[in-house]
Amino acid sequence: MNEVQPIRTDAENAIISRFPDFAKKQSHWGGAEIARERTAAFEILKSKGLPSRRVEEWKYTDLRAMLRDMPSPAEAPSREAVEVAAREKSAIDLSDAFKFLFVNGKNFAMVKAEGFEIYSLANGDKLPKAVSDTLARERKHALNAAVALNTAFMTDATIIHVPAGKRLARPIHLAFRHEGKIAQSSFPRVLIVVEQGASVTIVETQDGPAGVAYFDNALVEIDAGDQAEVNHVRHNNAGGASITLSTLAVRTGHGTKFSSFAMATGGAISRHQMFFDLAGKNAELSVQGATLLRGKQHADNTMIADHMAGGCVGRQLFKTVLDDNSRGVFQGLIIVRPHSQKTDGKMMSSALLLGDDAEMDNKPELEIFADDVQCGHGATVGALDENLLFYLRARGIPRREAEILLIESFVGDAIQHIENERVREALMSCASAWLAERS
Amino acid sequence: MLEIKNLHAEVADRKILQGLDLKVKAGEVHAIMGPNGSGKSTLSYVLAGKDGYTVTEGSVQYQGEDLLALQPEERAAKGVFLAFQYPIEIPGVTTMTFLRTAVNSVRKQRGEAELSTPDFLRFVREKAKDLNIDQEMLKRAVNVGFSGGEKKRNEILQMALLEPKLCVLDETDSGLDIDALKVVADGVNALRSPQRSMIVITHYQRLLDYIVPDVVHIMAKGRIVRTGGPDLAKELEERGYAGIETEIA
Repeated sequence: MNEVQPIRTDAENAIISRFPDFAKKQSHWGGAEIARERTAAFEILKSKGLPSRRVEEWKYTDLRAMLRDMPSPAEAPSREAVEVAAREKSAIDLSDAFKFLFVNGKNFAMVKAEGFEIYSLANGDKLPKAVSDTLARERKHALNAAVALNTAFMTDATIIHVPAGKRLARPIHLAFRHEGKIAQSSFPRVLIVVEQGASVTIVETQDGPAGVAYFDNALVEIDAGDQAEVNHVRHNNAGGASITLSTLAVRTGHGTKFSSFAMATGGAISRHQMFFDLAGKNAELSVQGATLLRGKQHADNTMIADHMAGGCVGRQLFKTVLDDNSRGVFQGLIIVRPHSQKTDGKMMSSALLLGDDAEMDNKPELEIFADDVQCGHGATVGALDENLLFYLRARGIPRREAEILLIESFVGDAIQHIENERVREALMSCASAWLAERS
Repeated sequence: MLEIKNLHAEVADRKILQGLDLKVKAGEVHAIMGPNGSGKSTLSYVLAGKDGYTVTEGSVQYQGEDLLALQPEERAAKGVFLAFQYPIEIPGVTTMTFLRTAVNSVRKQRGEAELSTPDFLRFVREKAKDLNIDQEMLKRAVNVGFSGGEKKRNEILQMALLEPKLCVLDETDSGLDIDALKVVADGVNALRSPQRSMIVITHYQRLLDYIVPDVVHIMAKGRIVRTGGPDLAKELEERGYAGIETEIA
């Protein structure tokens, strides 16, 4: 019997045809282990292809149909491109931050580390035990298409190690920037190991040129130890023609406090995946998102909180504002394992439809295998409340300003959870700027 | 100030106002009383310009201008103020932000300079103090978690800040205990002036003991059916709406 040959898309063909040469070029670093990991990831992509809407987790973001082609993996950027990138500012750009500048996926760290250490996998740096232990751990999400694609085409992994008990007063800024007029693909990869009792604020920004159909697929992994405190914020402000995938994979320990905020205003198509493994008891996980879309933008927030241990508290709140023909997706899954008693999880996704042709797809799910838990989820989709608008207009506030006030308060409800005041204000200004551009 | 002629209005194809006439001169306080469903709140919404309240016949002249042709925000800027029967909760917008946006929007439309933050704060604090409103309340989201009394005091605060010419108070007494009622009435009385007219809509005579009107109207089935002095309210209190309605019929 003949085997059925699937019809491959241009992007799938590009992945398959580019991989052998690419892997060869990268073979100078990482040794047999990385090569094995890379090949395994490639084999997954080759056998399964890119996920289409028939794959449940990708139902609303049909990557196979959306990623028409995969541009060639980015070459090392020129010195000029790096200099240009270094001068540019992101919406969140804190002057005191330890700023890591990634240009087309490659790290041009400009920081002098104080209180933490920086390593590069490609440079073959000798790693501390905490880091090698994390790397040796099996990745539950390795099979995810976006993660596999990053693994197959990674050019390095930047590793940040915050030793036990270190409390960094200055935030770490991962500035992912795409430069150049040629559409290229980049696969930045960062691992952050925050050891027991340490604390850090991590800001991720993603920027790029408008009108260039580039493809970015970033993986940020954070291992937060017992009693560690990590506040993570990201802003996707990618170029208007870009397709971006991003994955945040987090593992928390006993009593860890972890917060993550995802703001998205950029990109033609974007999908941000958040995988939280609550591996230790009594951790606190707080996740929020604010997504503002217009035109034909498509943005997907997919979150899985896996309560592998009991007594953890999880709070998720996602706000999506959709103008014109844009489309928002929220998929949230809370898993409570059989022994994870006393889990307290609440998840909410609310969308505001401003355009008649805008669409929101909400898919909240609970998978609960323990009996003594408190879990809930909710989802709402609606237009601006005419009664609220009338009240504001009756007080002399013109309709447009009244709308702005209400939309600001809608997303502000999520943004206010950000602890760092400057980050919070930067994202609030970002929302206001988006509103000011609204026609 | 205000002249309403033969006003007919519908809400969701239901005829509510059916030939209402009303004339209010500058500085006058008119009370409109009437049973539930007589169209009192509809009148207030029509004057403020709420969507869904369709005027099918008649006219409303406000300071010589066709009020019905104006957007709600334009009416507010020109001095029409509706104190809501049920003030709306606006989660996420602090009362202070709301008040500042409203005051500056109105000032801008009136061709006045916007108030700077310190000037505005001084202005609000002074007016808030008169109404027994503490600073904490101004930091909270608009009307969210406010008691009935706080909501109504917040309405009167807005009225004091926006300096309107025509105030329409829609059942401002509903949900108030006697102490709160006195505070609200004092706030309203403090705003009485020869340049400012008021229409006080109420179901009960009680409020009119504190805000004494110049003219009292009784409304039934979408029209003004009787007009008189403050004594009319007392008569109504004794005989009830049923008695008055029988008389008209």
